[in-house]
Amino acid sequence: MTTHVLGDTGVLTGRSLRHILRSPDTIITTAVTPIALMLLFVYVFGGAINTGSGESYVNYMLPGILLITIASGVAYTAYRLFLDMQGGIFERFQSMPIATSSVLWAHVLTSLAANLVSVALVIGVALIMGFRTGASGAAWLAVAGILVLFTLALTWIAVIAGLSAKTVDGASAFSYPLIFLPFISSAFAPTDSMPGPVAWFAEHQPVTSIVNTIRALFAQEPVGSDIWVALAWLVGVLAVAYAFANAIYRRKIS
Amino acid sequence: MTTEAAIRVQGIEKSFKDLHVLRGVDFDVRAGSIFALLGSNGAGKTTLVRILSTLLKADAGTATVHGFDVAAEPGDVRESISLTGQFAAVDEVLTGRENLVLVARLRHLENPGAIADDLLARFSLTEAGNRKASTYSGGMRRRLDIAMSLIGNPPIIFLDEPTTGLDPQARIEVWQTVKDLAGQGTTVLLTTQYLDEAEQLADRIAILHKGTIIQNGTLSELKRLLPPAKVEYVEKQPSLEDVFLALVGDTDVSDTGGTDDDGRRTADDGRTDRAVPARKEAR
Repeated sequence: MTTHVLGDTGVLTGRSLRHILRSPDTIITTAVTPIALMLLFVYVFGGAINTGSGESYVNYMLPGILLITIASGVAYTAYRLFLDMQGGIFERFQSMPIATSSVLWAHVLTSLAANLVSVALVIGVALIMGFRTGASGAAWLAVAGILVLFTLALTWIAVIAGLSAKTVDGASAFSYPLIFLPFISSAFAPTDSMPGPVAWFAEHQPVTSIVNTIRALFAQEPVGSDIWVALAWLVGVLAVAYAFANAIYRRKIS
Repeated sequence: MTTEAAIRVQGIEKSFKDLHVLRGVDFDVRAGSIFALLGSNGAGKTTLVRILSTLLKADAGTATVHGFDVAAEPGDVRESISLTGQFAAVDEVLTGRENLVLVARLRHLENPGAIADDLLARFSLTEAGNRKASTYSGGMRRRLDIAMSLIGNPPIIFLDEPTTGLDPQARIEVWQTVKDLAGQGTTVLLTTQYLDEAEQLADRIAILHKGTIIQNGTLSELKRLLPPAKVEYVEKQPSLEDVFLALVGDTDVSDTGGTDDDGRRTADDGRTDRAVPARKEAR
């Protein structure tokens, strides 16, 4: 059976990608809120925020906006997984001789594909709004790698939510704190402008190191130790969420 | 029973916290026969089917399906069975044909497209094949569901309340499908709360009540449990179902999306001739 893992995952990923293609609004709505936030921050609040750096505000806040995009996009994964379990299709898959991990991986890969499209949309709008970077191909690859890791980590959290939710609303509610997290970070304003405890939280939560890394990569500045802190957070969260999701899944199907 | 048991259930127990759903269930199902598990809502039918189809682990007892132990060899069991659950397990976003192709691919079969087309034709869904399953009526959805279960010709099929929620014509279509399957040698275990369904289809009927099998036998064996029938003269009234089927039966099955085939009409006639007592709607 294990020999079919890749094939089965491919077939099931094709299925959920088709779901997305038939309701492309999920990709659009994922991108709309971050774009609206970007417009709001750049054209309304941005003038009042002193970033302490010479770069334009759209350059400054784009990394945080990209993380918000992904954080709101993964909610759809929890939603789709929950719907699969509600209908009988999940049990049908379970009673068939297919590799068990394929069912979850298909949702995760679909989430990755959908979120990358949403992120590309947001970057497109940012470019129109004046976002500029001289980042090299390698730096772009590094940014893409970090965003992929971020999506995977958050998607596996979404899988936990989708598997354990009792209602549709519950399945997507987990994403609100994730969407909110970038606001209490260096994403929109420098952390040293915040009062003590808030600044402490902002400096020690994962989003700040990820935002700083992406910002440095776009600005062609040295990433310093931020990239290692960011990678440690991302790999750590990914590993823990993956283990939890699979433990819940195994309990669910046994 | 013959020695050739496709399904063998021995002492299966299952509790959910303090609720003892199954309290020691035993029965055998002969290969190629239709076995009906009859019981009211909450009797434990679905729990038992879920255990036999490897979705749930029993607390005690053993069960073998197609010679494989459900707990120890779930992979082999899954290769031998197909489950049609209580709620039509179709992907509503995909078309009927895509649903069939999906299952054929997951069963690693060659020519999934050809398999899909063949089943669409067999289940009078060809014209609806390229429509989303969410646009299907209840009967069509159930037919698609059963068609998906037949992909790969599994030797054993579990049907959990296959006709619950269907209209009379759709019920008869499902019955005909089940009879055809058994005719081809497939072992069918079906659960139902409708007495006439068990009477119509099953070679053997087991009554599951409060977590155990309280009776298991052929229809005539079960009938012998009661005192011999008295002869009474009763004016034969057509049941409402007879009237309904007579009125709408010969025209068209509205939910086949236009494709009607003669095979299913004959099924109707056969059923009406046998004049089964009218069924009271359970709900």
